[in-house]
Amino acid sequence: MSYAISVNGQVHHVEDDGQTPLLWVLRDTLKLTGTKYGCGAAQCGACTVHVDGQPMRSCTLSLEVASSARIITIEAIEGADVRAIQDAWVAHDVPQCGFCQSGQVMSAIALLRATEKPTDRDIDLAMSGNLCRCATYNRVRAAIHDAASKLGSPT
Amino acid sequence: MSWHAPAFGNWRRRLKVGVLSLLGLIVVVVGAGGLAYALYPRTMPQTQVLAARLQPVEIERLRLAAYFDAIADPRARSIALFEEAGRVIQHPRCMNCHPRTDRPTQTDSLRPHTPWVTRGVDGGGAPTLRCSTCHQAENFEVSGVPGNIDWKLAPIEMAWQGKTLGDICRQLLDPARSHMTREELLRHMTEDELVGWAWTPGADRRAAPGTQAEFGALIKAWLETDAVCPP
Amino acid sequence: MTDPSEKKSCFRLTRRRLILGGSLIGGALVVGYIATNPMQVAGAILQGGGDDPEPSAFGPFIRITDDGWVTIVNKQQELGQGIHAGLAAIVAEELDADWDRVRVVDSRSNFRAYGPQMTGASNGIASNWDLMRNAGAAARAMFVEAAALRWSVPIGAITVRDGIVSQPGSNRAVTFVELLADASRLQPQQSPVLKRPADYRLIGTDKVRRKDSLSKSTGAQVYTQDIQRPDMLVAMVAHSPRFGGTLARFDASDARKVKGVVDVFAIETGVAVVAETTFAAWKGRDALRIEWDDSEAETRSTHELVRYYHDIAAGRSDVEPAEFDSKGDDPEVPFDGDVADFAFDFPYLAHAPMETLDCVAQVNGWDVSITSGAHLATVDQVYAAFAARTIPGKVDIEVVPAGGSFGRRGVLSSDYLVECVRIAKRTDGRPVKLMWSREDEIASGYFRPMSHHRVWVQLSPDGFPTRWRIHSVCQSLLPVGPNSLATEGITHSPYFSTASTVDGKIFTPTFPVVVGLWRSVGHSYTALVMEHIVDQLARRAGLDPAAYRRVFYEKAGDKRRLAVLDELCLRAGWGGPIEPGWARGLAIHEAFGTIVGQVAEVRLVDDRPIVHRVVAVVDCGIAVAHDQIAAQMEGSIGFGLSAALYGAITLKDGIVQETNFDRYLVVRMNEMPVVETHVIASTGRPTGMGEPGVAPIAPAVANAILALTGQPTSRLPFLDRNARSNTDVSVQS
Repeated sequence: MSYAISVNGQVHHVEDDGQTPLLWVLRDTLKLTGTKYGCGAAQCGACTVHVDGQPMRSCTLSLEVASSARIITIEAIEGADVRAIQDAWVAHDVPQCGFCQSGQVMSAIALLRATEKPTDRDIDLAMSGNLCRCATYNRVRAAIHDAASKLGSPT
Repeated sequence: MSWHAPAFGNWRRRLKVGVLSLLGLIVVVVGAGGLAYALYPRTMPQTQVLAARLQPVEIERLRLAAYFDAIADPRARSIALFEEAGRVIQHPRCMNCHPRTDRPTQTDSLRPHTPWVTRGVDGGGAPTLRCSTCHQAENFEVSGVPGNIDWKLAPIEMAWQGKTLGDICRQLLDPARSHMTREELLRHMTEDELVGWAWTPGADRRAAPGTQAEFGALIKAWLETDAVCPP
Repeated sequence: MTDPSEKKSCFRLTRRRLILGGSLIGGALVVGYIATNPMQVAGAILQGGGDDPEPSAFGPFIRITDDGWVTIVNKQQELGQGIHAGLAAIVAEELDADWDRVRVVDSRSNFRAYGPQMTGASNGIASNWDLMRNAGAAARAMFVEAAALRWSVPIGAITVRDGIVSQPGSNRAVTFVELLADASRLQPQQSPVLKRPADYRLIGTDKVRRKDSLSKSTGAQVYTQDIQRPDMLVAMVAHSPRFGGTLARFDASDARKVKGVVDVFAIETGVAVVAETTFAAWKGRDALRIEWDDSEAETRSTHELVRYYHDIAAGRSDVEPAEFDSKGDDPEVPFDGDVADFAFDFPYLAHAPMETLDCVAQVNGWDVSITSGAHLATVDQVYAAFAARTIPGKVDIEVVPAGGSFGRRGVLSSDYLVECVRIAKRTDGRPVKLMWSREDEIASGYFRPMSHHRVWVQLSPDGFPTRWRIHSVCQSLLPVGPNSLATEGITHSPYFSTASTVDGKIFTPTFPVVVGLWRSVGHSYTALVMEHIVDQLARRAGLDPAAYRRVFYEKAGDKRRLAVLDELCLRAGWGGPIEPGWARGLAIHEAFGTIVGQVAEVRLVDDRPIVHRVVAVVDCGIAVAHDQIAAQMEGSIGFGLSAALYGAITLKDGIVQETNFDRYLVVRMNEMPVVETHVIASTGRPTGMGEPGVAPIAPAVANAILALTGQPTSRLPFLDRNARSNTDVSVQS
């Protein structure tokens, strides 16, 4: 079947099985490979994208369901908060292997958009769905706090 | 390469290194030969017709409400009806979303849910790690992640885990905890879509026994027999 | 007696003698050449017929372009450990380049150009320390010489700093770019003068930062999984669910009906499904019907293997032991007097890097081109050549950063890479991307081996060991030779220093479960064996665990360990007050030449250890990149804690029961302790940092639990994944 799917502000017509996970549509069909496959079972968060503004795991979202929503991926997410997060990620040298970091960044952006000044508890609640085998968690935490305070302070 | 006037000791060292190198070379050659042998293409099976093996599906049945008509004592009958319904209530498909903490459980062993999630203010998760971050409106067979339009935890007052069936029963009948009248309770058990998920859980999950209609009929019969709770 | 006629014939030059003599001389020349040029010979064997990288005047590792950028070629595999930055910093230090104008590219596989490309044993910095310093210093000397020639001043009058070559006391100062043409014409020196550590301006400072943080925070970093090629196919393989199982029969008829599936065929490791997209290959694989031949397969369950190991250690099997670290009198003399005995069991562990195993390969006749996060590029190249039936020089591996490995990509059989090449040989020259699912990866073996250890210690009246007996059971971690990696960390333990006798025996059973190298290798369990025993012995002797350890280190003359112990006690507030319900546990372990000490602060909630804070002290020789040492310590603690709390691969009838991260649990954000890292100041040669931090965390936690409850730990993991306790863990809030 053919589906019209809105990704990063652009409508794409995708000819595929409606049960295809959005993850593979993004990666194989639209060549947006910043969104990663890590588990395929909503366990690791490496495939996190924003669906109508909410962070979601694209490995467990079918093309059929996704075609009725607006999808934003790591490649096109924009805003002062995005820059603040990515700057903080660089300032803290957060990534090691880096494979999970697209997902970490997407979850962190969603967290800051919902909670201006997240506490450590807020960070635990929002980020524990994102696995990192290199265990960069402490730097992710520090970078989120850092980005939040930079965004909060008048420039 | 300069070969002139090498010291005697140096020659001995070179000879030693040379012999070792030769031995090394032999090891490398033998190793390479072994590898070539090990990696030499074997004849491979070709595709052929094999019968599909169907996995026998185990269906757990519920005893129908009418079965309990044989019990003369209405009190005993009511308890028996609820105990039979309890096979559904205490089934992992139901218990997992009635945890006694803020964290759901999963699988038949009721182990803590991974990833680590919490109920949040509305039972639907923390603000940016919602149930709906992963659970869609329907089961998604590709990822094995179950889904329902209303996927969320039961309120903490309705915690079932760690409670006896009698305690769960009394809790159900207490509107302060169940937030339901008896009519609403019956509707929840008989018609609620999320409750109904327990009979179509998807993937390799074991479904709750019987059907939602049979379960609803048991609850109805139990309510009609004065809703007596097991001790 | 020799025949005189034969003696005479010595002087006659027969044809046979000529050939014999000639080949002897020829052989001697060959041997001599190999002896004096081993690298060139290996390079010719491995790279013969292949292309070399574009030449640079400054050697294989440095390219300087007229845009002012210094490009440093990283010959090691970047898999998260930050080696690209470490090696670049060493070059940039000696070159006196401007760090902000240094970039790093990953090399392709090429033994002739770069020497062995083997990432492992935490040796990235240690083994390339001299090579990289020399490369940088030689290039610097070329710029110095070029400037001296241009300005007609002696070489000693020139200095270089941040990419500026100048003559102090004059106003002469030029950039590398302005001298580039002149310097490029000079010959690099073989043994350039190296800096003294006191003169370092970059190494050991916080200026050394990763170069890939931005690309890894924006999704721009390309991993093997992300490779796209025109006309590329995606392959998935159905593997035997049991180790040692082989393909008996398969039916591809349904798989072929899946839209997008191009081909289905059997290969040595299973049934390959080749398709236009990943999901088509996935569905195709799901549609296969396969019968496996399990006649040679491992069909036991974990509890049976554990029982088998216990029988082996007790001498109730035909597995013969080998000595691994014995000293002193007859080890068979029975122990008497005050004897403490211990038993430990450790499970199999999977690596579970975030990027599963994957590889892109294209085979065109003799030419094989591979893109992969190849860990041991030199080995991978040889295996790929065998698999493609070509020569290593015709195999070109583009090494891209890996989304983790922890040893899984560094196996001495290059399993996934060989599998990909075998498939690519059958796609008529179309490139193939092999994708493994998470389930494939977790069940694929190369596990940290399970092991069992029985230990007896005979104690002197003051509570110190006089005799040790350690009997270990573990599959071999290496394909050939003694099973030495299985007992690393026990061998030459400083805790043997008070003993006159050590009886170390290793039993090496063989069966089809595939084991391999897992971050910190043998140390991943030997640290717990030794450090947890020592804590228990300290309690028995009524001594403080730190003070008890000090006696061994002093007796062994181990100054580095003593320094780490002292610093650790100071930084962790050892012996100081701690909140009620909490306890500290200490462990110190040496691995890969690096000594790491850790103190874990632990409490128990619902019998579950909650690790709140870990203070770590490390002596890794000279510290090249401080912040990356801290990053490796944090990562190692998270990785080691995952294994200690949850890690276990279990078999049921030979089939791995763990499938994904819901059953193979790892530490998440809410469980990550605060980590404080302190680096011992040192000017010694650098030692490894990727793995040593993993080893001490399990014993540190076990020792804290011992302090809290008096209960020793005899097996890992601490927690059953089906544990009912549904504790709200949020350790940092």
